[in-house]
Amino acid sequence: MDAFLQLTVAGLSTGMIYALVAVGFVVIYKASDVINFAQGDLLLFGTYLIFFNIVQLGLPWTVGVVITVIIAAGIGLLIERTVLRPLIGEPVISMIMVTIGLSSVLRALTNALWGPQPRAFPPFLPGGEVSIGTATVAADRLVAIPLALGLLALLALFFRYARDGIAMRAIADDQLAALSMGISIPRVFAVAWGLSAVTAAVGGMMLGNIVGVSPSIAAVGLRVFPVVILGGLDSIGGAIVGGAIIGLLEVYTGGYIGHGLNLIVPYIVLILVLMVRPYGLFGKEVIERV
Amino acid sequence: MSAMLELNNVEVLYDDVILVLRGLSLRVEQGSIAALLGSNGAGKTTTLKAISGLLDLEDGAVTDGTIQFDGEEIQGAPADQIVRKGLFQVVEGRRVFEHLTVRENLIAGAYTRRDRSELPADIEAVFDYFPRLGERRKQHAGYLSGGEQQMLAMGRALMARPRMLLLDEPSLGLAPLLVRGIFDIIQRINEEQGTTILLVEQNARLALSIADFGYVMENGRVVLEGSAEELSGNEDVREFYLGLGEVGRRSYRDVKHYRRRKRWLS
Repeated sequence: MDAFLQLTVAGLSTGMIYALVAVGFVVIYKASDVINFAQGDLLLFGTYLIFFNIVQLGLPWTVGVVITVIIAAGIGLLIERTVLRPLIGEPVISMIMVTIGLSSVLRALTNALWGPQPRAFPPFLPGGEVSIGTATVAADRLVAIPLALGLLALLALFFRYARDGIAMRAIADDQLAALSMGISIPRVFAVAWGLSAVTAAVGGMMLGNIVGVSPSIAAVGLRVFPVVILGGLDSIGGAIVGGAIIGLLEVYTGGYIGHGLNLIVPYIVLILVLMVRPYGLFGKEVIERV
Repeated sequence: MSAMLELNNVEVLYDDVILVLRGLSLRVEQGSIAALLGSNGAGKTTTLKAISGLLDLEDGAVTDGTIQFDGEEIQGAPADQIVRKGLFQVVEGRRVFEHLTVRENLIAGAYTRRDRSELPADIEAVFDYFPRLGERRKQHAGYLSGGEQQMLAMGRALMARPRMLLLDEPSLGLAPLLVRGIFDIIQRINEEQGTTILLVEQNARLALSIADFGYVMENGRVVLEGSAEELSGNEDVREFYLGLGEVGRRSYRDVKHYRRRKRWLS
């Protein structure tokens, strides 16, 4: 029973971090139908940024986090302005291909700036262990769950009520109509990329805090695919539920069945979902009037 | 009366080669309803898009002439700036945001508005014009009927509080009874809010019934213009657009005659 509780906390914390990264996909997909393959590398870059701020510059972690978020947003905006905006109006597939290139560039840049060796990361989430009943769980993992959920809730509110949130969904539905009511497509895309880069950086910070800083963190970008497909490419709620399911599944198979299998299980889910429900649990169904 | 909108010798090119408008001129007086008539492919929709700046999305561009809105030249300006100036196009084919609720569609329509605190009152005002929308405010727009979607498209436009509306075939694909209702509301909006309206319509009879002035387009230019009464009385318009030839019903044997007349008209 103790093991179960420990695994559950571990699974949920991983899952919520997955959800944060997944939402980065969702935000960009919602606004522009583009799947951003550079999401994992944005996360990697964010992790090294916070490492740089706290360890190499020696800033207090609160300041470090704020600065990292600001720089991440700036990078998102910069990418949109220089790489994506010239492609507005081109086929979506061109934009998707460009994000693959972007992924290589970001990864190489991170490598050039900080080198390939793994680094120790000074934890800023509370360390130590917390006892729940008879089980002990890592405090940083426990704290990561409400933190990620809070951020996700903020994003959900943004999409539901904010002017730019509604505009983003409007553009996803019908570009011409959105344009006809004065919604500026470049502006909305910029907001999407900024938000997406920030969620990636925050996810990276939490992950770095738990597992340390190394280039292999970028792999989370791919690990998150099953989450996005399971939850639905355009749903924040879906990202949360999908994140929880995949996170728990990974940890349970890792804990009860054995190592190795936990890396495969998410992709088995991915294939099953694509066969049975290609738009995911909460994805946008194609509306057909009869 | 002063002109709200004035087009002078406007020329529009698609993809740098296809000339769609060739020296089009028209004028819409402030507070009036003007109808733009013409057969398929005459360039009516292109005219509206040239005015509202939506040509960009389709690789079209105004290459010659001027478009003046309220005395200010707007040709080539980006679409969002033109909306901010108070000129709003309701695009053809309704095009509501299917996955947004009725209410959210209306909020999207008010995107350019600065006075966000007045939105709830304006949403109620739209529901006043279109009670059906009020009943369905929380439904996804994709599940509305065709008529309700057209109402929503117009309500969305009203949310921007435009000084001038460009309407592209509001009757498209709707039952005759619904169409009459939509046109009554167009007239109400014009009278109650003083909104100037330029209306593109295939249904010439209906359009002329609410319009003050009308233009007939062919091959990218205006070939006939006049007050709604003059046009309704014009022999050619009666024959080609209203289906009321003096000689009564024509048979297919007279198609040649029709062709000849049309060429002469342009």
